Amino acid sequence: MNTTSSTQPRVASVEEVKAALGDRLVDSFQKDDLWLRVRTDAWKSSMRTLRDTLGFHYFCFLSAIDWMPSPYGRGEDDPTEPAPERDATIRQGYAGGETRMQVFVRVTNPVTHVSVIVKSDVPDDSLTIESIHDVYAGANWHERETHEMFGIAFDGHPDLRNMYLPLDFEGFPLRKDFPLLARMVKPWPGIVDVEPLPGGDDDEGGDEQ
Amino acid sequence: MSLTDRVLGDRQRLAYIASQAADARLNVELETEGMTLNIGPQHPATHGTLRIIARLDGEQVVWAEPSCGYMHRGYEKLAEVRTYPQVTTLVNRIDWLGSFANEVPFILAAEKLMEVEAPPRAQHIRTILFELSRIANVSLFLGDLGVQMGAITPVFFAFRDREYVLNLIEGATGGRFHPNFDRIGGLKDDLPKGWIAETKAVMKKLRTFCDQIEDLLFGNEIFQSRTRGIGVIPKDIALQFGLSGANLRASGVDWDLRRDHPLPMAWNKADWKVWTHPDGDSFARCWVRLQETREATKIVDQLLDTIPSGPIMAKVPKIIKVPEGEAWVSTENPLGEMGYYVVSRGELGPFRVKIRSASFNNISVAPWALRGVYVPDIITILASLYFILGDIDR
Repeated sequence: MNTTSSTQPRVASVEEVKAALGDRLVDSFQKDDLWLRVRTDAWKSSMRTLRDTLGFHYFCFLSAIDWMPSPYGRGEDDPTEPAPERDATIRQGYAGGETRMQVFVRVTNPVTHVSVIVKSDVPDDSLTIESIHDVYAGANWHERETHEMFGIAFDGHPDLRNMYLPLDFEGFPLRKDFPLLARMVKPWPGIVDVEPLPGGDDDEGGDEQ
Repeated sequence: MSLTDRVLGDRQRLAYIASQAADARLNVELETEGMTLNIGPQHPATHGTLRIIARLDGEQVVWAEPSCGYMHRGYEKLAEVRTYPQVTTLVNRIDWLGSFANEVPFILAAEKLMEVEAPPRAQHIRTILFELSRIANVSLFLGDLGVQMGAITPVFFAFRDREYVLNLIEGATGGRFHPNFDRIGGLKDDLPKGWIAETKAVMKKLRTFCDQIEDLLFGNEIFQSRTRGIGVIPKDIALQFGLSGANLRASGVDWDLRRDHPLPMAWNKADWKVWTHPDGDSFARCWVRLQETREATKIVDQLLDTIPSGPIMAKVPKIIKVPEGEAWVSTENPLGEMGYYVVSRGELGPFRVKIRSASFNNISVAPWALRGVYVPDIITILASLYFILGDIDR
């Protein structure tokens, strides 16, 4: 049976991480996973310490979060009405934060199967953070993707070419203030253009499905 | 012919002969000009539209780079304007050969945030359908493998036997490719009558299929010489590029999320084995997948015998609002580790969804793995890394 290891804890202990990272660790949060936040200027060195000291050798993913609530809501506004007032306060998630953009990465120890999610603030004015592609080679493509989707620059990255979008594309699609054009052109759920059923009631024919 | 032409012609011929003689005498290699080879975006050896730009020196690759983005659909952005139940329709289309397996981690992440757990019967059926989509996915890989090396027969076997599995998925869910069957809190429907007996018969056929593929392909001398020792990815490289699934296990890392991560699924109720291979070459990756297909049929067989009775849906509200929080759930999908990082703000839809798909990481190792290989090996290495375009671009 393969039930041997399923009862072991899957979360790294905060003390262990604290001892390894020292004052580079700003905040942490523990639930069924462990979230850490490290200082922006110590991003690369913290990742290197996590890899070399605590054995987090497996690189899972790197991405970013834009914590600003979307000014367009969920794209369901009526274009003929004036835009509704929306809460625009930036609230960060687990392990806190001070900036609008955060990068986060998940790494795993392939021997103990313990994982950790590490976040770091990206300064609002420069939107730049160190690249960790020489700590985890797999971060190369993930940083390229994050750069084109969020406009975050990675210092020391060899080649931040676009992966998906055309080279002359303007804007950063995954930022919250980038409108989803499909919803702008035709508001959701839209007036579904369905022919009325033969013999059906004409008044209700073209409405909702 | 004018005089100048003749003189030039002679001069060129003389220069050529002189250079040949010089090369022969000095035993130096001919200086060949580099060449850029463009494979794709439309190429029979790719499922979808991956384009590979390779810089060649003679027959050898100097560098190669996959060019993605021909199928980018922006699911992370689209998910932000959908409600939670609507997102499964999107994520179905990420890895389209094993669609049901894409829905499961997202639903599990939403359930984790809501602190809801599916009833045991639903967990069981979920696991069975998950493994069926693995079989459907990987059996196509096994057949396709032959085509990449010029063997036509295996693909007919694969398409024939995959059809049986697709029929089963269609019978249970109503959709051959995009079931959209998983719900927050359980499943849409119970299994139809007679499905269990039918599935058992098909699993027997699939095991025969695995034996046939092993005979036809894996024992074949040409196949072995094309894959053994080709495209070796050592353990540490595989880990830092984030390779997962069979690609990682073929490099000797004994790690399977089905076994090693506790999830509310039924894998721990069956007796099965995680296969690894120490070599890390193309052959190892293919071989591990073949064994996994066998194990998957065994898992399905055992789980069919032990389906608990009870409801298939937990009690969830009609309009689903997910409490504020962040959750990460990943499962061992046919292609590797597939996970969703869901950030919720207590609304009808997610605030941010990061989709971690297996193929994106698996193919990001290609520039490293393709350096220095010969041109025909590009195809076998990429085939053995096994990617689905929708899974790279999302």
